Amino acid sequence: MKILAIDSSGAVASVAVLNETALIGEISLNNKRTHSQSLLPMIDEVLHMTETTGEELSGIAIAAGPGSFTGLRIGASTVKGLAMVYNLPIIAVPTVDALACNYYGASPLLCPLLDARRKQVYGGLYRFTEGKLQVLVPQTCTMLSELLQKVNALGEEVIFLGDGADAYREQIAAGCVVSHVFAPSHMSRQRAGSVGLLALQYMAENKCTTAVEFVPEYLRKSQAEQEREARE
Amino acid sequence: MKSTYILAIESSCDETAAAVVRDGRCVLSNIISSQIDLHALYGGVVPEIASRKHIEHIIPVTTEALKAANVSLAEIDAVAVTYGPGLVGSLLVGVGAAKAIAYAAKKPLVGVHHIEGHIAANYISHPDLEPPFLCLIVSGGHTHLAMIEDYGSCRILGRTHDDAAGEAYDKVARAIGLGYPGGPKIDRLAKEGNPEAVAFPRAHIEGSPYDFSFSGVKSAVLNYLNSCKMKALTGETRHPANMAHAGEEDYLSYLPEGITQADIAASFQAAVVDVLTMRTVAAAKAQGVKKVAMAGGVASNSALRSRMRELCEENGLCLYYPEPIFCTDNAAMIGAAAYYEYRRGVTHDWTLNAVPNLKLGE
Repeated sequence: MKILAIDSSGAVASVAVLNETALIGEISLNNKRTHSQSLLPMIDEVLHMTETTGEELSGIAIAAGPGSFTGLRIGASTVKGLAMVYNLPIIAVPTVDALACNYYGASPLLCPLLDARRKQVYGGLYRFTEGKLQVLVPQTCTMLSELLQKVNALGEEVIFLGDGADAYREQIAAGCVVSHVFAPSHMSRQRAGSVGLLALQYMAENKCTTAVEFVPEYLRKSQAEQEREARE
Repeated sequence: MKSTYILAIESSCDETAAAVVRDGRCVLSNIISSQIDLHALYGGVVPEIASRKHIEHIIPVTTEALKAANVSLAEIDAVAVTYGPGLVGSLLVGVGAAKAIAYAAKKPLVGVHHIEGHIAANYISHPDLEPPFLCLIVSGGHTHLAMIEDYGSCRILGRTHDDAAGEAYDKVARAIGLGYPGGPKIDRLAKEGNPEAVAFPRAHIEGSPYDFSFSGVKSAVLNYLNSCKMKALTGETRHPANMAHAGEEDYLSYLPEGITQADIAASFQAAVVDVLTMRTVAAAKAQGVKKVAMAGGVASNSALRSRMRELCEENGLCLYYPEPIFCTDNAAMIGAAAYYEYRRGVTHDWTLNAVPNLKLGE
């Protein structure tokens, strides 16, 4: 059972083909933010190089958000179009959960962070227990300081990863009182392989959606809606 | 000859649309999901909200277009999509979906200029219309006067130097309390007003006989409303009794006696229509063409249509404009334009990107 997995939620564009036993192919680009131009050619390439036809896929997995609104929509419109034509389910994977899976099975706590600007992060807190991902703080849009408080309260060693860990490195170093490390670059960014790994679990649990129903998980309202609600 | 079927997608602003068009002229389906009520809450299109709605609607609208046309994806010859100009977030949704659909269905992809689409709407409504002809393109985002020399080939004669005509409508509508969208609302109200009640300026651009400027007439309306308020407050004019309850921005309460909101709408509209029609007819004469077309959302405006019809008749010109459903943003027009591109061998690869400021005829 092969699936195609995609992550276009951040600066990295990543695509992968995998099955239950192997990551057959994965391409990641962390060059320029031109997902609109690169994503479909990357999908074409990874399918071609793994000798996979769209027709033989069992599903399409996507990092459903949070992340860059535009990046999420480029991914969403692409998987929707593919899923519509191939008549495939879409498996929507939380971006931050997938990022934690870069360290699948690790013993420290995992704190993946995406830079949400304005001193905020999209982040969560995770632990692997007996090889299974345990969500301690579900992915959320929050002030960095609030998430750090929760990390400190647990008092365990933690790995920070994601572009938010780089963007707020100094603040984390100053505010985190527990033993911590920052992930190296090859572990620190969104990977379609990690999205696919979680997606296979979701599929086994029948947690799938469709080309019609799927919408990204923005975790944040538009500026105009926020302002309008503040006025009311 | 075998017919050519094109599946077209359009999402450049706040309408999510898909259509199936046969041979560039025959519309088999034309599905439009409008967000206008949503954006009316904000007094105009909010790009982020528009983009989110496009994501929700793009697949239902596209499958509905195929179903309503009773055409399967396998029978489609090419997938067309608007790739500019427009709101980048909105465009990206249509471009992303169209590329993926074309890729998965193994069909050629044709990227279409939104304005070429508006022009091509005339081919749908007038099966006998062929280039060359002169076309006035007027919408919320565009005001162009162009010579359509051949399919897919046009030469810009004039353009607006500031606001698009439709933009001026929206701004004036807001100022006189009509709200969004301004075009249809002013058009409707203007029917009850006197177009000569207030003389608003008809802007000429020195040295560019076919160019437009609408920020001047818009400012003139705002200045007029302001001056009415000043006069009312200083007691220079008599005013209706309800003035005492007027809010800060409630200009209408300060209008002098005998001048109504409808008069302002009619007078503003007359100034815009005068400029649009006179430039168009002058350009047609200078270019020596007998066929004049209109395109874009403002081409549905009843005053523009009737004045243009009069002037064209007086000058022996033949006037074309699309039915209102093809004037508004729609995908059928994109399918019509794409057909002629496709016939000329124009296709795009999987790197096609949204180009928010895509130029026309340059």
